[in-house]
Amino acid sequence: MITLQHYLVLSAIVFSLGVAGVLLRRNALVILMSVELMLNAANLALLGFARQLGDTTGQSLALFVMTVAAAEAAVGLALVLALFRGRGTVNVDEVRSLRG
Amino acid sequence: MDIKTSILLWIPLLPLFGAIVNGLFGRHFSRPLVSAIGCGTVGMAFVLGLVASADIFASNGEARLVQSVYAWITAGNISIQLSFLLDSLSVIMVLVVAGVSFLIHVYSTGYMRDDPSHARYFAYLNLFVFSMLVLVLGDNLPVLFVGWEGVGLCSYLLIGFWFEDPAKASAGKKAFIVNRIGDLGFLIGMFLLFGAVGSLSIDDLRAGTAQGLIAPGLATAACLFLFLGATGKSAQIPLYVWLPDAMAGPTPVSALIHAATMVTAGVYMIARLSFLFAISPTASAVVALVGGLTALIAATIGITQKDIKKVLAYSTVSQLGYMFVAVGVGAYFAGIFHLMTHAFFKACLFLGSGAVIHALSGVQDITKMGGLRKKLPWTYWTFLISTLAIAGFPPFAGFFSKDEILWKALSSTSHAPWASWVHLAAYGMGILAAAITSFYMFRLVFLTFHGKSRLDPSIHVHHEMKSMSYPLAVLAGLATVAGWVGASLFGIHSFADFLDPVVGAAQKTAVVMRDFAHNHSIEWAAAVGSVAVAFIGLGLAWLLYIKSPDTPWRLAERFRFTYRLVFNKYWVDEFYEAFIIRPIHAFSVFLWRIVDVVIIDGFGVNGPARLLKGIGHVGRRLQSGNVQAYAFWLFAGVAGALLYLALAVGVI
Repeated sequence: MITLQHYLVLSAIVFSLGVAGVLLRRNALVILMSVELMLNAANLALLGFARQLGDTTGQSLALFVMTVAAAEAAVGLALVLALFRGRGTVNVDEVRSLRG
Repeated sequence: MDIKTSILLWIPLLPLFGAIVNGLFGRHFSRPLVSAIGCGTVGMAFVLGLVASADIFASNGEARLVQSVYAWITAGNISIQLSFLLDSLSVIMVLVVAGVSFLIHVYSTGYMRDDPSHARYFAYLNLFVFSMLVLVLGDNLPVLFVGWEGVGLCSYLLIGFWFEDPAKASAGKKAFIVNRIGDLGFLIGMFLLFGAVGSLSIDDLRAGTAQGLIAPGLATAACLFLFLGATGKSAQIPLYVWLPDAMAGPTPVSALIHAATMVTAGVYMIARLSFLFAISPTASAVVALVGGLTALIAATIGITQKDIKKVLAYSTVSQLGYMFVAVGVGAYFAGIFHLMTHAFFKACLFLGSGAVIHALSGVQDITKMGGLRKKLPWTYWTFLISTLAIAGFPPFAGFFSKDEILWKALSSTSHAPWASWVHLAAYGMGILAAAITSFYMFRLVFLTFHGKSRLDPSIHVHHEMKSMSYPLAVLAGLATVAGWVGASLFGIHSFADFLDPVVGAAQKTAVVMRDFAHNHSIEWAAAVGSVAVAFIGLGLAWLLYIKSPDTPWRLAERFRFTYRLVFNKYWVDEFYEAFIIRPIHAFSVFLWRIVDVVIIDGFGVNGPARLLKGIGHVGRRLQSGNVQAYAFWLFAGVAGALLYLALAVGVI
């Protein structure tokens, strides 16, 4: 029997992996992918709650999150592309001209 | 609106228009066009003044025009209109100001013909005429004050007209600063009056005075503060020191601003507020005594000066003193009468001196002149006529106005018990100053125009220019005949009657006639006395400067200390320098070095800035530019918030 607990634990694991990816990886593309991972972890938690409560609101919210994630990916990829054209790199360590 | 009423606004606006056009675009215009705009706008203002005053002349001073242009300041229960008033007093002022200004503008076209800043000169001059007309037409004290400040500004600009010379620029500053001291008094006077009456319009003040809203003590204080303003503007003791230095400006400016018009503003202001001064015998006595003392002191300084313009400057201070004697003893019309005649003959004298200076390419020292009578005939004759006028010889204008003042001082007293002595003292100083006036003026004429030429042989005497000679002739003509409008000796009282609707009531309040006031033979005796002292002055000048020209220098040697005392103007400038300017300067340095630099800049301005800079120095380390560092802080924050929540609800 798969309970809410299972969903949430999995979601937490995936989310933590995403966080770790964002914080530790240097490649902007991988960072974007990690962000996707975090979003999907959130979706998983939403679906788990929706199933437990028998309320479809959570499912529809997950659909919205996917839509936004698609848009975010588009913008993010465009930024990465522009970054690569401008700087010839996608390594975020080398992009720090906004240092105070 | 009645056409005659709506004209009032245009009287000052025309010269303002000329000032703007010449000031902004004059550089691109030809010289004749600039001159035409300058003279034309002032001439038109004079004509408009004549048109507007037709009714007032027709009704012998009874009629008055008021034009309210718009509500200038409205705040709470303060409502100040920008409005103009034309009554018999302002008619005289407007016509004298615009008329004399026009003549001096015409003269300036010749005098300033070769100056590179020709357009700037005419722009300033027109701006001055605008301000002066606002001053004399103002229907309330704030409007009058705007004009008052405006003429001060133009005076500053024109004294320092040749600002490349530091001495001239600082003479302008001196005039401006000394006037500021007086203006502070004027402002305080206005505040006092506003506090008592709640309005500053002339009519409201008059009504308030009549209703007794202004307590006698307050009236005295307000009058004295206003008079402080007048001493600044009209160069009376103790603030007269700027006027002699003001001679650094071009000579037509000295004639217009520092002789004929602006410096008489204080006299006009007291005549305008005569109803107020009339209820304060103390303030009036102060005015009369200061006037008398100034007339006497300035006249004595005039004896020793060697610069032709300085002699005339001290003479102006002295003559202004007479006007203050007049308004101080309650003879307001006599003050305005002398103001008018003085405007004519003093403008003529100054323009004459300008013609001499112009002809000699800039020589101003009368000990280096002499014998110019033949070479400058127009200048000589007009100068002589004006000298006869200022010295008080009948039938020239100055005789009637000066004699009127002296007679009024002698024949009247005020309600204060000690006032009879004050009036006698004012008369005494006046008659003494009259003798000295006659002496130094003829000294000036003899040294400049008579005797042998002491000119530097290298100087070529230029010809007289028509644009300069004609205004001289007109002014000399006026200086000859203008006195007859008020020749009370011969039973002509038209000037006094004309001003009676404005100042008559105040005069009745202020003055108590002595028992001989209507005795004609005593009046004649007093007049003969004034003429006699004028002859004494003339005779002495003739003895010393024609008969035996060496005597003056021997006398100067003999009475060395007295001579140096007077020649150095009683060391008043030095006294002010040592006891007023130096301490203020030292105090200012203290304020600058300690209060400003250390306290305000150090602790007030730079202190907080340095503090923030220090905080920022720490804070900037957070801005590493590394997105992942930012993301770390973000997650750390969220984690912290979650931890706090968990602790708060007691999960952990």
